[in-house]
Amino acid sequence: MKSKVILIFLILFFAFAQYWGLVRAPADRMMGDVYRILFVHVPAAWNALLLLTVSFVGCLLYLLRRKEFWDRLAHSSMEIGLVLTGLVLPLGSLWAKPTWGVWWTWDPRLTTTMILFILYAGVLILRQLIDDPVRRAKISSAVGLLIYLNVPIVYLSVRWWRSLHQLQSSPSTMDPQMVLALRLNAFALLGLAVFFLVQRMRLLKREALIEEKESLPPPLPRGAQS
Amino acid sequence: MKKKILILLGVVLIAGGLAYTLWGGLEQNLVYFVTPTELIQKGDAAIGNPVRLGGVVAEGSLHVTESEVNFQIADDHHRVSVVSHVTPPQMFQEGIGAVVEGALQKDKKFLAERLMVKHGNEYRPPEEGKMPQQIYQQLLKK
Repeated sequence: MKSKVILIFLILFFAFAQYWGLVRAPADRMMGDVYRILFVHVPAAWNALLLLTVSFVGCLLYLLRRKEFWDRLAHSSMEIGLVLTGLVLPLGSLWAKPTWGVWWTWDPRLTTTMILFILYAGVLILRQLIDDPVRRAKISSAVGLLIYLNVPIVYLSVRWWRSLHQLQSSPSTMDPQMVLALRLNAFALLGLAVFFLVQRMRLLKREALIEEKESLPPPLPRGAQS
Repeated sequence: MKKKILILLGVVLIAGGLAYTLWGGLEQNLVYFVTPTELIQKGDAAIGNPVRLGGVVAEGSLHVTESEVNFQIADDHHRVSVVSHVTPPQMFQEGIGAVVEGALQKDKKFLAERLMVKHGNEYRPPEEGKMPQQIYQQLLKK
């Protein structure tokens, strides 16, 4: 019940932030209204990288402490980070066609983001293939640490290499109204991401309990002699 | 024992792959586009080799006819004349950043098969009295 109230509040806040971005913020000089996809594309990208950073912390702490909680944190944040990365790519494509003139090009930012998606999809598939929960947690934490290497590469790719994708904007390169709308949307999506993270971790805890029960030998029938 | 050797082999493979990526010949391929200066420096070696060329569409150089687009891609030092038979993107105009795919021809003109606009990280409201939507619609008609 409580979580439903929180979810409704978060959705309303997201709608308010979208309204600010779609109606209140001015159009862009060059692109007109097309630029407004930035209010979903950029928050999705920021939160994806943030959630994957959370998964890095989860992986690291699991390997150090061996507490299931950290594995659940790593697993959940990877899933949500993957969904957000999966949103960033098509949302960017929708913007790229009218501005760049192409849906896709193998530019460093786009290529590394595509690799990011494949890597995290890979580690989540890997999880499904290992039955023993402890082994699963150990292996996926180790892999999770290794593939996190790509997250800073994605972020810095536009600085390191020549790319078609633009550099990160800053408040000095954007109209203040646009900055405000972007920040509102970033926090709105962050709120939803954290909500889903908490829910997913609760679910995983229950799944682990079921898994544990099923792995026990069946109880002896009543009256049977042992 | 066998397992340890396998793990060691895996680690060596991954480390080797990473090392190759970082210090190997891959650096050349990581360049998404070359600048006009770099293309001209290659001289005749550049002729016929598919490459992406990036720079600014030089002011006063853009000419659009029914069958082809002519313009120059410039950096601070050099210009390369580009000819293309594809439809330019809606935002394509003089003074904007562009990346084109194609190859330098024998006549020192760059034949482009794909034209892309590089948009900066600036987002500004339109100037007073101008409607951005109208600008965009005009671009759509072209």
